[in-house]
Amino acid sequence: MKPYIGVRELRSDLQAKKYSAVELAQFYLDRIARFNDRINCFITVDTESCLERAAAADRKLATSNSPSLCGIPIAHKDLFCTAGVRTTCASNMLRSFIAPYDATVVKRTSDAGAVSLGKTNMDEFAMGSSNETSCFGVVRNPWNLQRVPGGSSGGAAASVSAGMTPLATGSDTGGSIRQPASLCGVTGLKPTYGRVSRFGMIAFASSLDQGGPLAHSAVDVWELLTEMEGHDPRDSTSANIKKTELAGFDRTFVIGYPESLFDGLDKNIAACIDVARKQFEALGHKIEVVELPHIDAAVAAYYVLSSAEASTNLARYDGVRYGHRTESSVDLLDMYCRTRTEGFGLEVKRRILTGTYSLSVGYFDAYYLKAQKIRRLVRDGFLEAFKKVDLILAPVSPTTAFEIKSIKKGPIEMYRQDLYTIPVSLAGLPALSLPCGFVEDLPIGMQLIGPHFSEGDVLTGGIAFQNETDWHDRHPDLETTCTS
Amino acid sequence: MTSNWEPVVGIEVHVQLATRSKIFSTTSVEFGAAPNVRANLIDLAMPGALPVLNEEAVTMAVKFGLAINAEIAETCVFDRKNYFYPDLPKGYQISQFDSPIVGRGQLAVLLEDGSVREIGITRAHLEEDAGKSVHDRFAESTGIDLNRAGTPLLEIVTEPDMRSAAEAAACFRQIHSLVSWLDICDGNLAEGSMRCDANVSVRKVGDETFGERTEIKNINSFRFVERALNYEIERQIDVLERGGEIVRETRQYDADRDVTLSMRSKELSDDYRYFPDPDLLPLRLSSTFLETVRSTMPELPEQKLERFVSDYTLAPPVAVRLTRDHNIATFYESTVELGADPQQSANWLLGEVAAALNREERDYSDVPVSPKQLADLIARIQDKTLSSSLAKEVFERIWSSDDPVDEIIERRGLRQLSDVEELRALIQRIIEEHPDQVEQVRGGATKVLGYLIGQVMKASQGKADPRQVNELLKGMLNI
Repeated sequence: MKPYIGVRELRSDLQAKKYSAVELAQFYLDRIARFNDRINCFITVDTESCLERAAAADRKLATSNSPSLCGIPIAHKDLFCTAGVRTTCASNMLRSFIAPYDATVVKRTSDAGAVSLGKTNMDEFAMGSSNETSCFGVVRNPWNLQRVPGGSSGGAAASVSAGMTPLATGSDTGGSIRQPASLCGVTGLKPTYGRVSRFGMIAFASSLDQGGPLAHSAVDVWELLTEMEGHDPRDSTSANIKKTELAGFDRTFVIGYPESLFDGLDKNIAACIDVARKQFEALGHKIEVVELPHIDAAVAAYYVLSSAEASTNLARYDGVRYGHRTESSVDLLDMYCRTRTEGFGLEVKRRILTGTYSLSVGYFDAYYLKAQKIRRLVRDGFLEAFKKVDLILAPVSPTTAFEIKSIKKGPIEMYRQDLYTIPVSLAGLPALSLPCGFVEDLPIGMQLIGPHFSEGDVLTGGIAFQNETDWHDRHPDLETTCTS
Repeated sequence: MTSNWEPVVGIEVHVQLATRSKIFSTTSVEFGAAPNVRANLIDLAMPGALPVLNEEAVTMAVKFGLAINAEIAETCVFDRKNYFYPDLPKGYQISQFDSPIVGRGQLAVLLEDGSVREIGITRAHLEEDAGKSVHDRFAESTGIDLNRAGTPLLEIVTEPDMRSAAEAAACFRQIHSLVSWLDICDGNLAEGSMRCDANVSVRKVGDETFGERTEIKNINSFRFVERALNYEIERQIDVLERGGEIVRETRQYDADRDVTLSMRSKELSDDYRYFPDPDLLPLRLSSTFLETVRSTMPELPEQKLERFVSDYTLAPPVAVRLTRDHNIATFYESTVELGADPQQSANWLLGEVAAALNREERDYSDVPVSPKQLADLIARIQDKTLSSSLAKEVFERIWSSDDPVDEIIERRGLRQLSDVEELRALIQRIIEEHPDQVEQVRGGATKVLGYLIGQVMKASQGKADPRQVNELLKGMLNI
């Protein structure tokens, strides 16, 4: 058995009984046991129920109609509720919270036969771009343990990158799947807002949050996406859209190239994406320069809107019904204050305060409403561009993985990490983050962005690229990084 | 009250909609379950749980809107109203702020004197109820019961169109009657199915502008609305006449002492930070949906009233009383449809039936007599089987039994003695037994005639028709 293996090969191996689902699960559990201490990408590993599920998968594999992910291991970001296994959101507020139900994403992948290994680390309540805000400690980048994996789905990206799981779920609000995928050298998709049910995915910013898959390749991302997506009557914002189908590989796309976005980009990263651009041309796709107006205002608008929504989404953590409650308090107000002071970390508190402020009487118009207008302009800009092109090629992150604790100037510098991913989130568009090179031995990714519900095209473009390149097949050597 | 002051009142009525499940979850809404039994993931605000709008609540709100001829919004939005309270599980209430489902409408309010006053309805919006804090069950802590959390409410807001406490109470009563009529609320005030907040100010008669107002919260009976407002109106006049100022505040009505008291101002800010709930998409109501709801609307009180006047030739005040409540209107129509005389049916329902209900503190939803029994009773009066006094006796029997009217008449021998020969024989006997009185009557003492009639009635065990006895007796005495 080998740690880096695709879904299709796993499926045929399991069906051919080259190894059992139990053996496969055990293989990854052993690898987690061996390396998780250093990488810290799992918060909870549930060995017992994992092996039980694997045994159940083996029984299904013995029948003629086993489901599509039967016996294939998966790791869930620790904001998807899992019945019986704690769901922490990497926050002291929910450190020992056990949800009484499965999130729709968890239920669907489980129904598809996927075997959950455990819950992956993340920034607290998905607020962060480096995984440094987790109350369970930072996740280390498998390519270089001194560096961050990105965030907030840092645990998910690192667990795939480290070969601890072939598949992982993540969530992306402003770049939380795409940026860590880029920094860890894996492939990740933020689906169109509404494609994947949010039921049971603990909310950060409801109008932006979207669950999505991370894996070793675009084709594996597609395999997992088709088991996560679909209309869910329990999520009013979930769209009634048919399953993602790949386009034919003879399909040629007009790919938009937003030149202005590359102006301030690190030249080494720009060079990687430029090579990728030429490869797309070589494959017969047409490149066309596009303009994306109002992108400059996107980060500010995003932090106003996402913090506003977060400030009320997190109001339920009040110590009354579940989660952390302070040991002693003199009255109700004191109980609230102490509980929330103790339970939330610094970044979460900052966003609750910012969001509360921007929704307050006298500030609402200047902040919340203005940000909504910017959001609409950003979205309109994309829709205008998509009148001319099928896909847009863009950077994912302005840098490769940076050193742990290196961003000290304050939150704004960290927020700038999501400069390229945020506009896509505001517009609700699907975007694939896939590896396109290395800068000083660290992987870097690029984004393929498509119109709403065009995941089929976005993934087809990604698969075509990966058929011609091997960036996604390069993996860190944990034997070296974890023992040095 | 000094006569040159004029009160100005507007009310807000919270109507608990009679849906099968909660407004944003599938939990059943039923009064009286053990604490927290009727609370699922969504009602408990579990992490990751999301609201899904209950279409039945939307239908009911639209019904109300159509009934008051209001504009129904093509698109409306649900907002979050943010505040911390232990019985508010999400830390916000889902409500509608500046885009309610029902816009401006009109309500015809029947006043005590029988006149009708048009009151403007500003808006009506959908929202969820909070849970309950239980203070009396645990020694050192407060319990939280979330059974009520998420119960659908329709908040109806009127214009400041009322000019007295009695008008405000009548308006509350009219809304109660309408939502019961539409079958969108069980109307049970004791169980909290309807609550009223009243905004009140006073001004000098002739003033154009309103005075500063206060709000009296959570009044749950018609009588208390009137009493609370009367107290508050006098209090405000008193303050103003002493040269004081009215402070805008929320007050509470204490029914035991019959006063309104200033409520402690909320500990937390009054800035609710309303914004559109991103978990719910804007609600768009298609014209097809509106037409579907329209087609299920019952005949409204005014329509029924007009029909009663034209079809049954009832006097308008009578028709008003018969259409004030859905139950009485239905009872009346069923009775008439069984062939009973429309005027007699109205007399009985508004007379004997009303009096009996009143005596037993019941209402028209709970009449122990069936329309069939009442129709038969009226028929027996008209074919002279029963005298009016016998009819009352039969009525008393059908009040406490389901037996058919004719069976009661037969079994109890209550049939009116209308056989003339039999009656003549009886009268002859009484004449012979009372020679002195007969002499006096013949001498012109008409009062004594009454005595003789009484004797005949007594001898007939009440079965004779007194008018007939009167005529026969006079004939037989040649007077």
